[in-house]
Amino acid sequence: MAWIGERDLGTKAVSAAMSATVTLRIDGQNLAVPEGTSIMRAAALAGTDIPKLCATDTLEAFGSCRLCLVEIDGRNGYPASCTTPVADGMVVRTQTDRLAKLRRGVMELYISDHPLDCLTCSANGDCELQDQAGAVGLRDVRYGYEGLNHLAADKDESNPYFTFDPAKCIVCSRCVRACDEIQGTFALTIEGSGFGSKVVASQNDSFLDSDCVSCGACVQACPTSALIEKSVIAQGTPDKAVITTCAYCGVGCTFRAEMRGEQLVRMVPWKDGKANRGHSCVKGRFAWGYANHRDRILKPMIRASVEEPWREVSWDEAIAYTAGEFRRIQAKYGKDSVGGITSSRCTNEETFLVQKLIRQGFGNNNVDTCARVCHSPTGYGLKTTFGTSAGTQDFDSVAHADVIMVIGANPTDGHPVFASRMKQRLREGAKLIVIDPRRTDIVRTPHIAATYHLPLRPGTNVAVLTAIAHVVVTEGLADEAFVRERCDWSEFEDWAAFVAQPQRSPEATEALTGVPAADLRAAARLFAIGGNGAIYYGLGVTEHSQGSSTVMAIANLAMATGNIGREGVGVNPLRGQNNVQGACDMGSFPHEYSGYRHVSDPATRAMFEQAWGVTLDAEPGLRIPNMLDAATDGTFKALFIQGEDILQSDPNTHHVAAGLAAMECVVVQDLFLNETANYAHVFLPGSTFLEKDGTFTNAERRIQRVRKVMEPLNGYGDWEIVQLVAKAIGLDWSYAHPSEIMDEIAALTPTFATVNYDALDRLGSLQWPATEAAPDGTPTMHVDQFVRGKGHFVVTDYIPTDEKTGPRFPLLLTTGRILSQYNVGAQTRRTDNIAWHPEDRLEIHPHDAENRGMRDGDWVSLRSRAGETTLRALITERVAPGVVYTTFHHPATQANVITTDYSDWATNCPEYKVTAVQVAISNGPSDWQQSYQAQAERSRRVLPEAAE
Amino acid sequence: MSTVDHLVYMANQIARELASQCPDRPVAATRDHLRQFWDPRMRQAIVAYLDGGGEHLSEIARGAVAMLHETAERAG
Ligand code: SF4
Ligand code: SF4
Ligand code: SF4
Ligand code: FES
Repeated sequence: MAWIGERDLGTKAVSAAMSATVTLRIDGQNLAVPEGTSIMRAAALAGTDIPKLCATDTLEAFGSCRLCLVEIDGRNGYPASCTTPVADGMVVRTQTDRLAKLRRGVMELYISDHPLDCLTCSANGDCELQDQAGAVGLRDVRYGYEGLNHLAADKDESNPYFTFDPAKCIVCSRCVRACDEIQGTFALTIEGSGFGSKVVASQNDSFLDSDCVSCGACVQACPTSALIEKSVIAQGTPDKAVITTCAYCGVGCTFRAEMRGEQLVRMVPWKDGKANRGHSCVKGRFAWGYANHRDRILKPMIRASVEEPWREVSWDEAIAYTAGEFRRIQAKYGKDSVGGITSSRCTNEETFLVQKLIRQGFGNNNVDTCARVCHSPTGYGLKTTFGTSAGTQDFDSVAHADVIMVIGANPTDGHPVFASRMKQRLREGAKLIVIDPRRTDIVRTPHIAATYHLPLRPGTNVAVLTAIAHVVVTEGLADEAFVRERCDWSEFEDWAAFVAQPQRSPEATEALTGVPAADLRAAARLFAIGGNGAIYYGLGVTEHSQGSSTVMAIANLAMATGNIGREGVGVNPLRGQNNVQGACDMGSFPHEYSGYRHVSDPATRAMFEQAWGVTLDAEPGLRIPNMLDAATDGTFKALFIQGEDILQSDPNTHHVAAGLAAMECVVVQDLFLNETANYAHVFLPGSTFLEKDGTFTNAERRIQRVRKVMEPLNGYGDWEIVQLVAKAIGLDWSYAHPSEIMDEIAALTPTFATVNYDALDRLGSLQWPATEAAPDGTPTMHVDQFVRGKGHFVVTDYIPTDEKTGPRFPLLLTTGRILSQYNVGAQTRRTDNIAWHPEDRLEIHPHDAENRGMRDGDWVSLRSRAGETTLRALITERVAPGVVYTTFHHPATQANVITTDYSDWATNCPEYKVTAVQVAISNGPSDWQQSYQAQAERSRRVLPEAAE
Repeated sequence: MSTVDHLVYMANQIARELASQCPDRPVAATRDHLRQFWDPRMRQAIVAYLDGGGEHLSEIARGAVAMLHETAERAG
C-alpha cells in the first residue's frame, strides 16, 4: 500500500556527490539534477508527478506499465520516463494530448480487469490505481467486464497480518521486486505470461507456508489493495502519522505510526529512517498487538509474601509501599542491601532515571542491566582496545565493505533489517566469511553463498581468531603502515610474536576447533587482502567464558589488517535489544556513570555530586549475578527491576529463583506478570513505547526519538513511575517531560554534549559522540586516531571453558533466537507471530538423533549439570554432530534451567553458548516444569481492589 | 557452588586471563581488576578467604588478593 502523506518520487535517488550535474528542460521549466536520475524523478523534483504504476522510489525502475510515457525532442516514440535517464540539454514534455490519450488507453486496460468497488474497498483514498485513473482523466471503460477477468480469484488470508487479493492485482511486480531487492528473500514470482500472469508465493504456496518472512515490504510496495494490512481492512485507512522507533531489536528501525483518531492502524517503516532506510521486519511492522493484550496489567499490585495472591492497590499506595520497604530494608540491613536493574527495552531517559534513583536515592552503585547477559564483554573489550564501548560504524557502511566477516551472529533472524542490507551488498559481489557452529541462513540464501563457513566447536572462538591472526602475521599480510601510525607498535610486536607461535597455527588448532586448516587459512587471506574488511558479531562471541577476550581478539584482527577508521570496515557488535546500547551508555553498570566513566574517578563523581546534591559512593556496586549470590548469603534484600525478566532470561534458573526468593522486597515494573514477578512483592504496571516520549540508541550509536502516540493505559509513562518512587523516598525530582531528562544527560555526559530533542527533531537522529567538535554526531569512529589515543593490542590466549563434555553430558548445547520471536517472548508470544514459532524446539543432528532412537517431533529431555527440561526435537543438519541448539522464547521450556553459572572472566556475562548436556527420549514435561507451572499459576492469583 | 567458591573461581579465572594479557604485571593487573569491578563485600569475602588459608586461589590470584588486603588495611 502506498504511504499516505509521503511523496513518492518514482525512482531511486542518485547521489549528487558522486555524479556530475545535468541540465534539462521539462514542461518549459529548466532544472539541474545529478547524472543518472530518471526523467520521472527529475520531473517529480520539479513538482510534476508523471502518472505511474510500476515505479516507486524504493525500487529499481522496471518499465512495465507504460503509463509514464513522455515525449522527448529529437527522439522517436514515447519513452517510459521511469527507465529513461536525463541527458544534458534534453527537452521533455510530460503533458500533451497525445500522451493523455495513450495513458487513458493503458489505464482502461487495467481498470477493465479490476473490480470497480472503490467506494467499499479498504484502500479507498489510499490507492494508486484510483489516483492514477483520476490523474489520466479516465471516465469510462469501453471493454466492459463481461470478458475474461480475474475478479473471482480467491483471496489468500493465511498470513496473520496481511491479505493477498488477486482480483485487485495489476501484476505490476512491485511486490516481487520489493521481496527481491529490499528484503532479499525472493519469495514471490510472477508466474505465466500475458493475461495469465499472476503473483505466486514460493511454489504456489499460501503466503504463510511459503518462504515469506512477513517483513511487509511487498505490502508497502503494492499500489493497490491487492496486498493490504488486515488492520487497515478492519479499522479503515489512517488519517495521521507520528514518527517513532521500534521497541524490539538493536537495529532501531524508525516507523510511521499511522493512526485513525486515537487508534493505531499500522506501523509503516519510515523512508527517511537512517537505520532502516524504509525497511522493516515482521516484529516492528506487525507485532505490536501486545500493547492491548488482555494479559497486560494496568493496576499496581502488592503483597507481603509471594505465597499470597496479589492485591490491586492505588498508585499512591503502591509507591508509598515501595519507598517504605526500601527505606526499611536499608535501615535494617545497611545502605548496600538494595539495588536495581535498568531495562534495555526502556528509553534512555528512563534508564538514566533508574540508575539515578539508585545512586542518588539509595546511595550505592548496585545497578546493573540486562546487557550483563549479552554485550557486557563488548563494552569491556572495545573500551580496552579502542577506548570506547561501542561499534565503530553506521549501518550504511556495509554498502562499502568488500569482505564481510560474520562471527557468532545470525543476522537474518536476530537483526533482519540490517541483514537485508548486508545481503544487498553481498549480491553486489562482496565476499562473506561466516564463523559459527551452526549453518545459519546467511551461509546460503537465494543469490548468496558464503565463500567460507568455518563451523567451529562452541567455545573455541579465541583459538580460531588467533589462528586467523597467525596466518595474517606469518604470511606478512598485516597492514604495517596502519599499525605503525595508529597503534602502539611495541604492543603489536608482542602480540604478533604471540600469534605467530607454531601452536597457534590453523593446523595445530584444527583438532581442537573443528575448523579445517585450509579453509581457515584461505578465509584469513581473503579478509586480510580482500579490500575493505568489516566484522559483524553477536552473542556467539560475547556469551562465553572468554567473551571479553574474543571481542579483543576481533579488535586485534581489525587493527592488524588496517580495517578501522573509515567507511566499509570496522568492528560492529550487533546489539540484541532495542536500547541495549543506550542502557549501557546511560550508566547502568555498577562501576560506571553515563558515558562509561568509572565511579572511582573523582572529577566525574564531583560533577554528579554537584548536580545531584549528594555524596556518591566511589566503590563499584554488584552485578546481577553478584546480587543473586549476595541475596542467598543474606546481604542483599531488595531489588527494583524495570522491564526485565531475569528469571527467564538469566542463566541457571534455580539459582536466580533462590536469590529472588531470599529477598524481602522485589519490585517488578513491566507490562505483564512475567516470570520474575512470581517472586515479586510489588508490581508496577509499565507503559509501552507507544505511550511515552523518549529516545532509544541503536547498535550504530544512533539516538532516535520515541514519540507518544496514545495515552498510557496504565496511567503513567515509565519515567513518571520512577519519578514517583524517587519523590516518595524524598528526592526532589520535577521533570515535566523526558526532554528535560535528556538535557541533564547531555550536561553530565561529554559524548552527549549536543544531544537534545530539538536537534533530534531537526536531524532525525544523532550518532554519539555528539560534541562541540562534531555537533551533528559521528557516523564512523576512530577516523584519525583511536578514542584512547593509540590502538591497544591485547594478547588473548585461548583458555578452554571448564564446562566440558564427558560420558554423562556428551553433547554441547548452544542457544539463540529466531526471527519472529523476541527475547523471552513476553511481547511476541502475545501477538500473531506465534503462527511462526509456537514452541521452542531442540535442533539435533540426524546422527545424534539416530544414536538415541529419536524421531523428528519426539519429546526429549535435555539435561545438564544445572538442571533438566523437556521439549520437542527438530532433526536437522544445520547443527554439527555433537552440538544441539535451542531458543528460549517460551517460559514452558525454561531453557535456562539448563545453562550454568560459568561466565565471562571480565564481566560475568553468562556462558549461554556452551553447556554440556545429554538428550534422551522422554514422555513429557519434567518434574521441574510441572512444579514450576503450578507455582507460577499460584503466584499469579490476583484479588480485585477492595470496594471503597 | 557457594558464593565464596564462586568468588574463588572468578578470581582464578581473571588471574589466568591477565597472566597472558599483562605478562609484566599479572598480579597488579588482577588486583586492579578486582578493585574496579568487585563491590566491597566481594573483595572482603575473598580477602577473608585468603586469611583462612586461601587454599584454592592460584598463585597470581593469591598475590592480587594479598595486595587488596594491604590497600584495604592502609585505607582503614
Ligand atoms: S512479506 Fe516480505 S518476505 Fe514476504 S513476500 Fe512480502 S516482501 Fe517477501
Ligand atoms: S500484488 Fe500489488 S504489487 Fe504485486 S503485482 Fe499485484 S498489484 Fe503489483
Ligand atoms: S525488530 Fe529490529 S529489524 Fe525488526 S523492525 Fe524492529 S528494529 Fe527493525
Ligand atoms: S511507471 Fe514507468 S513503466 Fe510503469
